[in-house]
Amino acid sequence: MAGILIFSDKTNLALELLTAANSISSSSADIKAVTINNDEQVQALSEAGANVYRINAADLIMADVGAVAAALGQAAGELGSDIILLSSNRRGKEIAGRLAQVVGAGCLTDVNSLETDDGKITCKRNALAGATVANQYIKADKQVIAIVPKSFAPAEGGSGSINDLTVEVKPSALKLLEVKTKAGESVDIEAAEVIVAVGQGLNSKDDLVMVEELAKLLGGEVACSKPVATDKKWLSEDRVIGLSGKKCKPQLAIILGVSGQVQFTVGIRDAKTIVSINTDDNATMNSLSDYVLVTDLHEAVKAMNSAL
Amino acid sequence: MNIVVAMKQIPDLQQIRIRNRQPLFDDVPLTLGTIDKNALEAAVVLKEADESIKVTVLSAGNEEVEDTVKEALAAGADEAFLVLDDALEGADSAAIAAVLAAAIKQMEDVDLILFGEGSGDNYSGQVGSRVAELLNMPQAGYVSAMEIKGGNAVVTRTLEDCDEVLEMTLPGVISVMAGLNEPRIPSVTQILKAGKKPKEVLELDEVDVDIKKLAFTETISNLAPESNRKKIVVKSVDELLQGLRSENLIGR
Repeated sequence: MAGILIFSDKTNLALELLTAANSISSSSADIKAVTINNDEQVQALSEAGANVYRINAADLIMADVGAVAAALGQAAGELGSDIILLSSNRRGKEIAGRLAQVVGAGCLTDVNSLETDDGKITCKRNALAGATVANQYIKADKQVIAIVPKSFAPAEGGSGSINDLTVEVKPSALKLLEVKTKAGESVDIEAAEVIVAVGQGLNSKDDLVMVEELAKLLGGEVACSKPVATDKKWLSEDRVIGLSGKKCKPQLAIILGVSGQVQFTVGIRDAKTIVSINTDDNATMNSLSDYVLVTDLHEAVKAMNSAL
Repeated sequence: MNIVVAMKQIPDLQQIRIRNRQPLFDDVPLTLGTIDKNALEAAVVLKEADESIKVTVLSAGNEEVEDTVKEALAAGADEAFLVLDDALEGADSAAIAAVLAAAIKQMEDVDLILFGEGSGDNYSGQVGSRVAELLNMPQAGYVSAMEIKGGNAVVTRTLEDCDEVLEMTLPGVISVMAGLNEPRIPSVTQILKAGKKPKEVLELDEVDVDIKKLAFTETISNLAPESNRKKIVVKSVDELLQGLRSENLIGR
């Protein structure tokens, strides 16, 4: 396998990419990790066994995707890396297309699994808004592949190396005026072992109280389908599951009053066990569940709360 | 000021059915990408505040795009610029980006190019970034707010954990977030007028892009995932809890 370069703006995702790279390469010497102005990431990656090439350039700002892609393109050229793995978070996806254009590569984003087969790297990714899973590969020698967070476990242990890399940085047409860290109650439903998700079958915002109680009794988090957050505004958008929300892999997902359109199910189909409670016995959600209870969700939640 | 909104023709995703794990496209109507419609709406809102702004919708695809694009003309675009060839249907992102960039070079003084954060069907999110590189322009993706101030755009890029407020020297490329706004539903009059709005239609060889050389990706299969869920129908909450307890999923 040709040389592989990995990059993510987020350290935890860069560690996942290291695992991904190891899964498609037989020689860790062929894997090179680039960092940009991030000493903490240099440390973490080298301690996980990566050969780190650090770019420290004050005039290179992460917000300038064109400049970052130019820097990574130079790095890939200098290090002889034909394959570049990026994280498919928003920043990574934005870089992916631009970097592919810089190096003349084919590109796949939102990839959630990699396999090598006869010299090809076959990638699985959702298509048609999650209705299907496409199995694709890049025919070109140069490949940029952006990998969905949490598709691989973070790498740990090993002895890497730290090297310096200098790149040319052109004047930027972008000025970063302000960074606003997201305020308010932040919740990480992706980390939850138990999810209780509500859909449009929930009668009112007041009914959320008992849903929250159920989640608490099960040691989980409340999540929802998109309309519950964006149309009804009953829950914050960081609790949305699905194509335009979070992809969750809990041990147990209790799905209340969700019809089960792919736009939702794509975010929960990796759960170990799925329970669907719904008045509609034909709901698509039911055929994607391990346990199905056809009843009024409000009555069921009350009964569960008193039984638990 | 000239704003170009790049829009992709896609099948109406709500109407795709799955049979034997295969997606069925027969009789599925064509439309424009949902997030692309957010991008168009954002452009039309800017135009309403400043009459000197001209909004051109740009699309590359098969011959049917000429009809599909009326939707965008009805929703407020002033004119359409189309590159049509049946070979463009399902073409690689690299090929589409090259065609769009070549088309933009043929237009006069484009100040701002808008995309949706991803197409409705493939959602790969590459084309905007590729076009920005091809035209050597700055870019901002996942934009949740924007305004034009003098020759600059001030935009908010919404990432997973923070918002970045950026000032971008124009010309530049902006990809807007899904749900940025509520795209307007055109009135009957607007729909009737849409057919009369100017359209420039080019053939593929008029933009001088060899799309065969840009076919980088190969699709081995594209099937609905298999569901091997147990689908145990329980009659009561008690029975459900019993099942979950037996699997050690609750009461641990």
